[in-house]
Amino acid sequence: MRRIWAALLLLGAAPAPVVRSDLLMATDAPKLADYGLFDAAGHPAPGVQPYTLNTPLFSDHAEKFRFAWLPPGTRADYRASGALAFPVGTVLVKRFAFPADLRQPTKDLRAIETRLLIHRPAGWVALSYVEQDGGAVLKRAGVKVPVQFIDKAGRAQAIDYTVPNQNQCKTCHQDGEAITPIGPTAGNLNGGLFGNGPNQLMNWAASGRLAGLPAAGWPRLAKWDDATEPLDARARAYLAVNCGHCHSRGGFASNSGLYLVPEETTPAHLGVLKRPVAAGRGSGGHEFSILPGQPDKSILLHRMTSSEPGIMMPQFGRALAHEEGNALIRQWIAALPTQPAAN
Amino acid sequence: MRTALLIAMLASSSLAQAKMIHVAPGGNAQEKLQTALIEAQPGDTVHIAAGRYALADGLSLDVDGVTVKGDGPDKTILDFTAQKVAGEGLLITSDNVVVRDLGIENPAGNGVKSKGSDGIALVNLRVEWTGGPKSTNGAYGLYPVSSKNVLIDRSVVKGASDAGIYVGQSQNIIVRNSRAEMNVAGIEIENSYDADVIGNTATNNAGGILVFDLPDLPQQGGRNVRLTNNQVIDNNHVNFAAPGNIVAGVPSGTGIMVMANANVMVTGNHVMGNNGSAVMVVAYTQAFTDKAYNPLPRGVAIAGNHFMNNGKSPSFAGGKEIAAAVGGTLPPVMWDGVTRYNVPGGGEKFADGGIASDAPGITLNLGLQGTPAAQAKPAPLAATKLTADRAPIVLPAALEARAK
Repeated sequence: MRRIWAALLLLGAAPAPVVRSDLLMATDAPKLADYGLFDAAGHPAPGVQPYTLNTPLFSDHAEKFRFAWLPPGTRADYRASGALAFPVGTVLVKRFAFPADLRQPTKDLRAIETRLLIHRPAGWVALSYVEQDGGAVLKRAGVKVPVQFIDKAGRAQAIDYTVPNQNQCKTCHQDGEAITPIGPTAGNLNGGLFGNGPNQLMNWAASGRLAGLPAAGWPRLAKWDDATEPLDARARAYLAVNCGHCHSRGGFASNSGLYLVPEETTPAHLGVLKRPVAAGRGSGGHEFSILPGQPDKSILLHRMTSSEPGIMMPQFGRALAHEEGNALIRQWIAALPTQPAAN
Repeated sequence: MRTALLIAMLASSSLAQAKMIHVAPGGNAQEKLQTALIEAQPGDTVHIAAGRYALADGLSLDVDGVTVKGDGPDKTILDFTAQKVAGEGLLITSDNVVVRDLGIENPAGNGVKSKGSDGIALVNLRVEWTGGPKSTNGAYGLYPVSSKNVLIDRSVVKGASDAGIYVGQSQNIIVRNSRAEMNVAGIEIENSYDADVIGNTATNNAGGILVFDLPDLPQQGGRNVRLTNNQVIDNNHVNFAAPGNIVAGVPSGTGIMVMANANVMVTGNHVMGNNGSAVMVVAYTQAFTDKAYNPLPRGVAIAGNHFMNNGKSPSFAGGKEIAAAVGGTLPPVMWDGVTRYNVPGGGEKFADGGIASDAPGITLNLGLQGTPAAQAKPAPLAATKLTADRAPIVLPAALEARAK
């Protein structure tokens, strides 16, 4: 898919739309098309540039296509941790689609929704546009979309895909009182576009879209599914992307004391021998978030493998358990050095 | 010119005027309610008319200054029995919010949660798991966390698998005139500062009212909590919490339990018919690695309470033996007698004056934090003449006015 997508970018045939930055700054447009980010065939407008992440959030196996648009002449400032500092006027775009069969991810894609993060003068705004006949329309209150596909094991899956409501967008994209982007951190962009393309940080800097990139020493988030990378780096990248947006000191789950951001180093805050606080039945009867060497006695994995509200983590954004991701975390916990109980 | 002025006046008056958004029962309840909660402006009231609203997803409010109001806790019912998504029934993440006169049934996780709210009043609410107490019920009924200026008033919670009313990591709190029944813990104040728990009834829970402090959290060092004029009666329900949770360790039969807090007053309560300790004061029992954490209770004053018919058959390990040694019935107050702890990384710390009581008690004389209860050396705890009082917690007048 990625290669085909890149080809489409180069070939784009229809008359190019023009990004309506005036509307983006001022209005929550009722239709996605109003903003001019894409043409009718779904090709991005000039300046709406694709990017990819080393490790993406799991979203029920949806294929996700990410784009950034920065007002002409502006650039993002480099940050070693957290999202890059994007200028006012930036739009980050994420399009969600499901292939009919996950084993052929480029075929028969059904578009579901397009999420926008718009950086207005007063802060970031999150909007979701849901595909309907006649184009994608704004849905603030969220909606459920029945989706069917064949999974990688050849099994038929039918889910109620949940388009988040505006408040749920903020729940994940929260940093203190503000809304913030999550995905485009230096570490997660530090890899090739579409995997094998040019390094995105270098590319953004070279094209004038990124300022302040140091000569060296950029952080790098591992690719969670690249078995040639170290297990610890893969697991920490997976947890950072799938959990760390809430489980951070400024995030929605700050009160849990469980912090899964890449920079965290305190074992108890990473969950090692950490007792639950407000997990309730989410504990599954286990005593610790992570019991090294014992994935089946670790609350963290218990909640990741559950699909039951009140237990499952993340609390929304998925209806299915992510078997491959959970297998990685299982392997990681099993390999963690067992240590004597604290104190 | 005159037209322009008129338009300006109209515009300003419409901005200033709070409006009422009505939601009525019928199809599409989820979208109607969530849309109202998103489109409300500061000062608005979202009125949810009497009826039953079947909801498959949680609801949330992120607008400051909104009142969400039903027609009564048995008339307007948010029914989460078929909930598929979200960790709570209703989530509040904004400031100066009042939620009142609603029933919330069978949420998959917590009933009503506020996170990071400054000014949150939960008034005349009912949160109930209608299938009775079960470990598969959600954790908390009413759950303000990391919030400030918190009021819970005239509300009822039944069946929570953790605490019915739980205030965590918050500051300036009043929980009053509410009822917690058939939960694992009735009311729990955890890692919080400056709380009054007044005039509530906690009955038929495993533990009635808990004041706890836990390590490794952004806000800890719980302090200045007053429990007064509460009815703490017959809290002998089997503890049905999922193991691993802190409340799973609360012995059935506990009236009031204070763990690792500073300056806690227990005064003017009626504590009756609890088969274990009427008032239990303990250190945090588990190992911990947090150097900033103090696991000891300090400055706990128990004065002017009415104790009756407690301590007949304590369920905690060694309880029966201890009761037998002191004549068959535990006295109203039991202290674990932990007076020192090892600071992680080195050093030992002492705290004295842990507890003072005007009612008879015993100490288990455990000494060092972490010493198992099996090594208890029970001894009488001398009762002292004591008064315990302080100025009441005061909430912002505007919030109190909206909660009337």
